[in-house]
Amino acid sequence: MSLEGKVWRYGDNIDTDVIIPARYLNSFEPKELAAHCMEDSDEHQEASFAANVAAGDVMVGGRNFGCGSSREHAPVAIKASGVPVVIAADFARIFYRNGINIGLPLLEIGSDVEKISHGDKLRVDTATGMIENLTTGDVFHAQPLPGFVQDIAKAGGLINYIKEKR
Amino acid sequence: MGMNMTEKILARHAGLDAVTAGQLIFCRLDMVLANDVTAPPAIKEFEKIGRPVFDNTKIALVPDHFTPNKDIKAAGLAKTVREFAKKHSIKNYFEIGRVGIEHVILPEKGIVGPGMLTIGADSHTCTYGAVNGFSTGVGSTDLGVAMATGEAWFKVPKAIKVVLTGKKPKHICGKDVILTLIGMIGVDGALYKAIEFAGEGVAELTMTDRLTISNMAIEAGGKNGIFPFDDITREYVEGRVQQPYEAVAPDEDAVYERVVEIDLSQLTPVVAFPHLPGNTHPVAEIGEIKIDQVVIGSCTNGRLEDLQQAAEILRGHNVHPDVRCIVIPGSQQVYLEAMKAGYVETFINAGAAVSTPTCGPCLGAHMGILAAGEKAVSTTNRNFRGRMGHVDSEVYLAGPYVAAASAVLGRIAVPEEVK
Ligand code: SF4
Repeated sequence: MSLEGKVWRYGDNIDTDVIIPARYLNSFEPKELAAHCMEDSDEHQEASFAANVAAGDVMVGGRNFGCGSSREHAPVAIKASGVPVVIAADFARIFYRNGINIGLPLLEIGSDVEKISHGDKLRVDTATGMIENLTTGDVFHAQPLPGFVQDIAKAGGLINYIKEKR
Repeated sequence: MGMNMTEKILARHAGLDAVTAGQLIFCRLDMVLANDVTAPPAIKEFEKIGRPVFDNTKIALVPDHFTPNKDIKAAGLAKTVREFAKKHSIKNYFEIGRVGIEHVILPEKGIVGPGMLTIGADSHTCTYGAVNGFSTGVGSTDLGVAMATGEAWFKVPKAIKVVLTGKKPKHICGKDVILTLIGMIGVDGALYKAIEFAGEGVAELTMTDRLTISNMAIEAGGKNGIFPFDDITREYVEGRVQQPYEAVAPDEDAVYERVVEIDLSQLTPVVAFPHLPGNTHPVAEIGEIKIDQVVIGSCTNGRLEDLQQAAEILRGHNVHPDVRCIVIPGSQQVYLEAMKAGYVETFINAGAAVSTPTCGPCLGAHMGILAAGEKAVSTTNRNFRGRMGHVDSEVYLAGPYVAAASAVLGRIAVPEEVK
């Protein structure tokens, strides 16, 4: 699937308490979670993520994106904000699993992530892992998903995969 | 090629003779865990599959995060879990008054043991590596699927070996070991990796120390943090773990990507500065940092030995007039034993608040939320921005000795400073 979107750029070690603070975990309604997504972030305080994100915008982080709690509320909040894909140098592992399992594509591109800035426009092909920075002209390639993880992603998440498989 | 402990447990549960790092496998699960925050979305996913639970004795549901119910929405979550447990006759469901923090009660009650494979919809599920099991945190979808199928997918991780040597000095506890390790390798130092402990220093660590250390493997990005099986493990699990278990040991030629050494005799009390668990500093070098609150408890340091250490420092002293000190036993059993041993009386005499077991302040839920600008010393495991309350509050992580000493002196302090 190829898509185009504007970048919301974040730094290293973006943790799940920043993505969705625990005080909102008394709900798992995606829309409610989206309303508080990235609320405690230091970054982009002038124009907050939740109020200004447009459907199709891409989230880009640095190293260890999604570290911390296992709360699936975090990728759910991002997905429900209209973000179709998250790109980072690398992801914390539970966040990575959760993204795959709920059908939010996650692409790891290592230090190439430094060539993407806040507000850049990207074209992303989630199937091939090709990322074009339309603002700078740079092209990056993410590692494709391994083995049956690709099948889970194709099925749109783990639940569909399990239902199809058995 | 030899296998490490993590590979052995994974191979056994995948029905394979051997596995190697990077391999994708499906494993059979011995225990599946969720709490009041993560079970409700897992139940929703579970219901989409439309099958019964795979085994009502292999699911543990522990309402510990927002309980006793902190508000109406939280009461709704707890009710969802309770009704699910009843409908499916879940054996290991723990009601308020009989509950504790999930990672305190699962080892305590022998629900997890050596060689077992556990997943939990909670990142600190890695705690059970202390008893020589493989356990790791997952999200709610994984959990929902696991409750229906009894299986989960894994990528076999690469492993880091942490070799412990030397004798542990007085007033050094598991928390100092793990905060030092995370300070050395960083909060992503073990990303996607297994951490395996080894060396003669392991015998220096009590089961409480080990539970604290394994608990925070995730704070270095680790998938799990596992200890070898020894006399201390045997003594702990005997009489607790009811089902037959098979301990694992690494092969002599097991493969490790990296080896890190820690000489326990060189450790000093440390504290992790906001807002990352890897911002480790020796307490002796930090100067004067005044604090507003101290929290002693959580799945990291809410066991009897932790409370004993705190009581040892607080006995005959008062909590500093400018400090609120909150002590939370990790389980009903810990609470009862702490009462019998006189620790609870020590805390109350010192002017501390003692609460029923709950996660509460650890995740900024209730029972000790911080206001803007406030600082806390906490024996919990995360000091992310806003973790314990307002985004402009600060959490310093430490072990029970340092936390108790800080409560008395009103600033971050080493235990020796309390005269
Ligand atoms: S005590 Fe804290 S870290 Fe442990 S399970 Fe509860 S919320 Fe999570």
